[in-house]
Amino acid sequence: MSTAVAEVVEKKSEPLFSKKNRKLISNPLDIDNPITVQVLGVCSALAVTTQMEAAVVMTIALTIVTASSNVIISLLRNTIPSRIRIIVQLAIVSLWVILVDQLLKAYSYDLWKQLSVYVGLIITNCIVMGRLEAFAMGNKPGPSLLDGLGNGLGYGLILLIVGFFRELLGGGSIFGFKVFEAMNIHYTGNGLMLLPAGACVIVGVVIWVQRSINGHRETH
Amino acid sequence: MENLISIGVRSIFVDNMIFAYFLGMCSYLAVSKKVKTAFGLGLAVVFVLGVTIPINWLIQQYVLNLGALSWISSDFASVDLNFLQFIVFIAVIAAMVQLTEMAVEKFSPALYGSLGIFLPLIAVNCAILGGSLFMVGRPYNLGEATVYGLGSGIGWLLAIVALAGVREKMKYSNVPAPLRGLGITFILVGLMSLGFLSFLGFAI
Repeated sequence: MSTAVAEVVEKKSEPLFSKKNRKLISNPLDIDNPITVQVLGVCSALAVTTQMEAAVVMTIALTIVTASSNVIISLLRNTIPSRIRIIVQLAIVSLWVILVDQLLKAYSYDLWKQLSVYVGLIITNCIVMGRLEAFAMGNKPGPSLLDGLGNGLGYGLILLIVGFFRELLGGGSIFGFKVFEAMNIHYTGNGLMLLPAGACVIVGVVIWVQRSINGHRETH
Repeated sequence: MENLISIGVRSIFVDNMIFAYFLGMCSYLAVSKKVKTAFGLGLAVVFVLGVTIPINWLIQQYVLNLGALSWISSDFASVDLNFLQFIVFIAVIAAMVQLTEMAVEKFSPALYGSLGIFLPLIAVNCAILGGSLFMVGRPYNLGEATVYGLGSGIGWLLAIVALAGVREKMKYSNVPAPLRGLGITFILVGLMSLGFLSFLGFAI
């Protein structure tokens, strides 16, 4: 359904990929990253990154939910009374999450088991709510769609980096492929990387590297 | 009784919402700059978790589970409403948060002033919904579910106050500029979580 809505919008607004709109996708990847700069959606970013496969599925799920809820909220933005907007947003987001959850359960049961409650927790994922509040409530559906996609991808980028190091150092594999065994190197997995502590430290270091490169600073 | 104490201790220390499951990290990182506000938010989380988990337990048992509606009539014995779980739980949570907000505003304007914006934010705190979803996956009865809710809340309170305490002291240390703020906070959380690992296998 969402694709139908999106297509109509794309036909109407000609310069959908104007310079300003392209920024909506590229900014969240770096200087406006949802996890490392906006500090949104951290819970699931840390929890699902023990394996890259789970991280990819989570990214796809979150991107679909963010983009489609952004479009719907943006279409309804002038009719939602501001006092009850949080509950309206939650209702729409949870509809999308239920859809994604049922699809995963039907077609990829093992992954669904592995992601456990974290798919359901997309409802309260701050990225979704944060983008609805900060962007979709004040913008047209086209840019909102791009903003949702961009933030989903920015989230996915960090997930993949963190997942890469955790799976490689923790289990010695990438996407389930035993890298060290294939190279005939004996490697004992570092269990610390699979624990919550390792995830937090890796995210901290990723932020450190990213900010050293792009010059973003915080005063305490 | 022993069972309840064990669940309480487990949910505070071993299965800590922050250090074991990363739930509620957004507000955990955003509101942990001062001990005082962190404590206020923590208390509100304890309250909301302690109230919503028993309510959601009742809903799960008497409405959502397969055949749960058979208390109305035996025609409903094959009805499975589990797919509505998310939307029902989040509606209960949002409603409870709204009620809490109105009650606090009416009876304690001072506390309302200090909590202010944090109260509505609790509705989108993953720890609350996560608590309810974890509760469904475990074979708890009503009493155990309540203790689990309160325990998880207290664990969250403990975690946020501890982090706020450390961050208040961080002001005096010379952290490399790109690591300041979020970066060092993440590493701190990692180290604290490492400390909490020592509670693993701890049972009463």
